[in-house]
Amino acid sequence: MAGNKGRGRAAYTFNIEAVGFSRGEKLPDVVLKPPPLFPQDTDYKPVPLKTGEGEDYVLALKQELRETVKRMPYFVETPEEKQDIERYSKRYVKVYKEEWIPDWRRLPRELMPRKKCKKAGPKSKKAKDTGKGTSLTNTADVLKKIEELEKRGDGEKSDEENEEKEGSKEKSKEGDDDEDDNAAEQEEYDEEEQEEKRGAFQN
Amino acid sequence: MTQAEIKLCSLLLQEHFGEIVEKIGVHLIRTGSQPLRVIAHDTGTSLDQVKKALCVLIQHNLVIYQVHKRGVVEYEAQCSRVLRMLRYPRYIYTAKTLYSDTGELIVEELLLNGKMAMSAVVKKVADRLTETMEDGKTMDYAEVSNTFVRLADTHFVQRCPLVPATENSDPGPLPPAPTLVINEKDMYLVPKLSLIGKGKRRRSSDEDATGEPKAKRPKHTTDNKEMWPLAYSQSQHSRVNSEFQFTFQTQTSSEIVRTMLRMSEITTSSSAPFTQPLSSNEIFRSLPVGYNISKQVLDQYLTLLADDPLEFVGKSGDSGGGMYVINLHKALGSLATATLESVVQERFGSRCARIFRLVLQKKHLEQKQVEDFAMIPAKEAKDMLYKMLSENFISLQEIPKTPDHAPSRTFYLYTVNILSAARMLLHRCYKSVANLIERRQFETKENKRLLEKSQRVEAIIASMQATGAEEAQLQEIEEMITAPERQQLETLKRNVNKLDACEIQVDETIFLLESYIESTMKRQ
Repeated sequence: MAGNKGRGRAAYTFNIEAVGFSRGEKLPDVVLKPPPLFPQDTDYKPVPLKTGEGEDYVLALKQELRETVKRMPYFVETPEEKQDIERYSKRYVKVYKEEWIPDWRRLPRELMPRKKCKKAGPKSKKAKDTGKGTSLTNTADVLKKIEELEKRGDGEKSDEENEEKEGSKEKSKEGDDDEDDNAAEQEEYDEEEQEEKRGAFQN
Repeated sequence: MTQAEIKLCSLLLQEHFGEIVEKIGVHLIRTGSQPLRVIAHDTGTSLDQVKKALCVLIQHNLVIYQVHKRGVVEYEAQCSRVLRMLRYPRYIYTAKTLYSDTGELIVEELLLNGKMAMSAVVKKVADRLTETMEDGKTMDYAEVSNTFVRLADTHFVQRCPLVPATENSDPGPLPPAPTLVINEKDMYLVPKLSLIGKGKRRRSSDEDATGEPKAKRPKHTTDNKEMWPLAYSQSQHSRVNSEFQFTFQTQTSSEIVRTMLRMSEITTSSSAPFTQPLSSNEIFRSLPVGYNISKQVLDQYLTLLADDPLEFVGKSGDSGGGMYVINLHKALGSLATATLESVVQERFGSRCARIFRLVLQKKHLEQKQVEDFAMIPAKEAKDMLYKMLSENFISLQEIPKTPDHAPSRTFYLYTVNILSAARMLLHRCYKSVANLIERRQFETKENKRLLEKSQRVEAIIASMQATGAEEAQLQEIEEMITAPERQQLETLKRNVNKLDACEIQVDETIFLLESYIESTMKRQ
């Protein structure tokens, strides 16, 4: 019944005058294609930008800020994939960033980086090692150290390891991934370092 | 959050903090409050990286955490704060105009670091200033501290919530609400490091530092000051204020209004509809020193301002020589309307603008009435109305004559709903800024090789000049960059500057529209 158009001429259901077309007038064509792409009306050009000393200064500030934030420790670099050949120039292009140690009193404890389980084992051995210092046990330990390093991947120096382990108190409960790229970065958060520094402030 | 806002947030986070933080931040903005493990699982990043990203985001006040029952900590991102990052250069500039270089550097350090202890800020800023000063002169720490205190007094910087003395359960401490006034006094007890140069050691403060029991120490060194929400309102006042200059005819009236705004900076919150009433005597006393107008002239100006049809200034009482308020809501409304009008004019032409202003003034108009009042031929008027309708500047209001809403018996009226048009325009602004940033990044990436080359050449030239090379050698090095390459670099620089300037200007419009929308929403 909806298909019944009504005997005679088709009639609009609404007042065509209200929309602005008069009866019998040629209605605009139906558009059968998508609207034109951007940019649209080129009749009206954009208004020129504001210029002036203030604007120039803000512009300079903006560009400087953009450069500065890249050098801050808060800018987290994406870990690159290891390249087969390490380019000589890359070493000199790297920007050396200051370390940043967050104020752990203000952050939830779960955000603190955890030390790994594996270190708990060799840690006691190393402590004994430094205490005794005999050459016989040294070689065995060195071999063990090498094995460990291989397991945990490159990028970590043994001195830093020692420093970490001697002071490390926390045992890891979570099974973290072996992301050794980030292990180096973890040292930034080392609690012990932070406590040393805190000591420095108070003096 | 709308797609456009999320896109813009993602671009801003990427520029400031890198891709990992961007991924985590955008994920949090999209999905709301989430615990740590779920974030790591959903984004597919390792737990370490998520932790680091969250630390950075919390440090910069972009993410807050909440402890729920059973000790679960959930993290929530604040999209509006991320969008504020666009405005950092403007904040620094405002601080510079009000507090000169020292203020500028303090604000810059705080913005770059999120939060900092006062002692750290003072030290860094003083060192930076000392570097730029002539040889032999050094910056006094006391001066920097004074500027800092002034910034705190006018609410440019704010104290962060403190950690309570007693530790809470596992997940994390619950910070109490920030206390602004009381702890200001503690500021002065921050033990000063030895002053360079002009140093008289502050003996008294050193004694205090050593004399105090250990328990108190942590409180002093944790005096962090957090920057941004208040700079926002400051900037707002000074902005609305500069807009006023254009609306008021004379220098004097704009100066009076500016004084009133300055006086009510601290007392009014950023979204209040009116400022606190100020008496005419107070205004007279607070006028800037150079202004020599008599009391009667001031009173006359105030009366004229209050009677002005724009209704920016209103009279609220007669005590103290007349109490006057600034009607912030109205001011923002008229500024937003002016923005809309100018957009219509620039996009569609002055005739469209005439129709727009007409509908704005008359509130609701029929098709026929529009043609008559605007004195524009019917065909063109129709065309323009439909164009504006399709872009959502104008909307249709149906008024049915019969309960069955039959189209032939319904009035269709054109109207402008300022709030929704402002929202639409704001959304477009976000899109445009995102486009501008993307285009700038594209341009920079295209010419990356050339930029690197020019940087290397500059570095070589600088090092050679330092070691004392001849003119000829320098010439040779400079010629490593050929003339067409130089041309290309120039074009690139010009384009990047233009895109940056565009971003800054669109940000001004964003600021205006956001303030208007916020002010209107608060009233409802």
